[in-house]
Amino acid sequence: MCECCTKHQKGTYLPQLATVEEARLLNKTEMYLRLTMDDGAWDYRPGHFVEVSIPGIGEAPLTIASSPTFKGGLEIVVRRVGNVTNAMHRLKAGGKVGIRGPLGRGLYPVDAARGKPIVFICGGIGLVPQRSFINYVMDHRSDYGRVVILQGTRDMDQRFFQEELSAWGRAKDVVVTETLDKPDPQWKGNVGVVTTLISKIPVDLKSAILSVCGPPVMYKFVLMALAEHDVPHDHIYLNLERKMKCGVGKCGHCQINHLYCCMDGPVFKFSDLAVVPEAI
Amino acid sequence: MSVKKLTKKVLAGWVQGLIQTDKVVGVQARGDKFEFAPLKSAKDLRLDYDVTLQPPKQFFLPPCETLVRYAKDGSYTCASEADQLILMGVHPYDVIAINQLDRLFSQDNVDTHYLQRRQGITIIASDVKTASKNVFASSMKTAVVREGYDVLLTDVGDGFVAEAGTPKGQALLDKAKGAVEAGEEDLGKRQQVWDHNSRHLNQHPLKCDPAYLPKLLEKTYRHPIWEKKAKTCFSCGSCNLVCPTCYCFDVQDDVNWDLASGSRERAWDGCLLDGFTKVAGNHEFRKARADRFRHRLYRKAKYVPAKIGGQIACVGCGRCVGACLPDIANPVAVYNELLDEVGIS
Repeated sequence: MCECCTKHQKGTYLPQLATVEEARLLNKTEMYLRLTMDDGAWDYRPGHFVEVSIPGIGEAPLTIASSPTFKGGLEIVVRRVGNVTNAMHRLKAGGKVGIRGPLGRGLYPVDAARGKPIVFICGGIGLVPQRSFINYVMDHRSDYGRVVILQGTRDMDQRFFQEELSAWGRAKDVVVTETLDKPDPQWKGNVGVVTTLISKIPVDLKSAILSVCGPPVMYKFVLMALAEHDVPHDHIYLNLERKMKCGVGKCGHCQINHLYCCMDGPVFKFSDLAVVPEAI
Repeated sequence: MSVKKLTKKVLAGWVQGLIQTDKVVGVQARGDKFEFAPLKSAKDLRLDYDVTLQPPKQFFLPPCETLVRYAKDGSYTCASEADQLILMGVHPYDVIAINQLDRLFSQDNVDTHYLQRRQGITIIASDVKTASKNVFASSMKTAVVREGYDVLLTDVGDGFVAEAGTPKGQALLDKAKGAVEAGEEDLGKRQQVWDHNSRHLNQHPLKCDPAYLPKLLEKTYRHPIWEKKAKTCFSCGSCNLVCPTCYCFDVQDDVNWDLASGSRERAWDGCLLDGFTKVAGNHEFRKARADRFRHRLYRKAKYVPAKIGGQIACVGCGRCVGACLPDIANPVAVYNELLDEVGIS
């Protein structure tokens, strides 16, 4: 161990090794990975993220997709979009990755939402970070009110976690509604972007907790739709994407006005973003 | 801790002695400008300099530094390459910038790499003898510093007053053969230097107390000035590059010739550069030039101050003023124009 590790703590940017237990494609672009930390599991909360490290390529920030109630390891789902994520798609069971984490505030409101209805609004792979919170709620089902999961996807090819969505839909007092933006002719479900489902949500939106995650362009439209229903801003949680390069509040890339996405988020309460014009 | 008086000859002997036992980096001439560079002889030390091209930041946060090494088997080890060195001739505004970086890198998640380098560096500060063309340290209240250095040197005409600020500095100062206790008269002269610098290192006078700037910026986020100024911005990042308080960095992996092992490096980055906020998938969160221009000035006078107890993260060195080709980087020019239009309330 180097001098700086012994003097202070472990090096700030030193990844810990994890073993890939399972790697499978969910669709053409999304890969599911289940990892176990070689030095033993650590605690995390829904909303925490990790920096996944591929030697020679770099690191990518990814929100943990599993709930802390899941004991089979750390689950992440990664879309093939940049250098690191493309390299991650080449991982196979038995392979190794570096992990730094858990990072961020892990702010999904597992406590504040207790006893209340929860609405999850997901656009595309926005379902992945929310899955940590969703599964936590499913594992403590009686602690929470009605659960509504809205999933908007571009087309048939992009759909994933079908079995899981169906299983959640079969649970007591859980409503799962999907919509496709550009459906095939055989699609019988809803058509349009996820915001078109908001007026049909079968709960009182004013008393519900709302959790939103999707592509950057989605937030403004979802928030406008929620404003029509007078949803209190402190009931809305947004998981924002930024270039979280260092993950520890130093490098400056993920700054959203005075906030650091990596330190103050990436899950934010909408009421905390009132004077943060760069957020949405 | 003691305050000594060193004649110029004693100072030269002291510095020469340090060069023989330690790695010493000091201010010296480079053409008609100045730079921090390894000191080979006490004769090269120029404590009468106005400003260095680059701030001493490079010794705490190098332009490129290895964070982690990875081996062929996929394992990672933490890299640390901190030198023990004496940094000689640091001006008060640059000491204050280092003090700010110390706080920023120690808070929340401690940056072990920065701190290790920091611990290896001894700072011998020096009060400003010659005002640079663009300095405005008096406006920013950074012309004089009383903490953060190990030794502070002040040119009082017939020699230097040297005050130790830490036990480490005291130990160094004890090596100065021929140094005597500073007398009342010397301390009086030093006070005169401080009084003078507090008022006259001010080529661009700010029209308000710097403590007011965060409040000013609360009212100016949508002001047309950002668009107007940024119209001629090249997005070159020179203002970031020369700034003693800019500390944003990028992280990149480097592969060795075996194509299996290598290192993870961090390198300076700049928030003015296009692509600074771009994520995979090509979404860029601060795409507009004016937004990036505004971000830098908000960081200096609002965002970073909130993290370090209200201190403004512009120390008035004036380097960005000289580095900016279209001449739009001067923070005082921007803040003054806003003050004229929005007023103080």
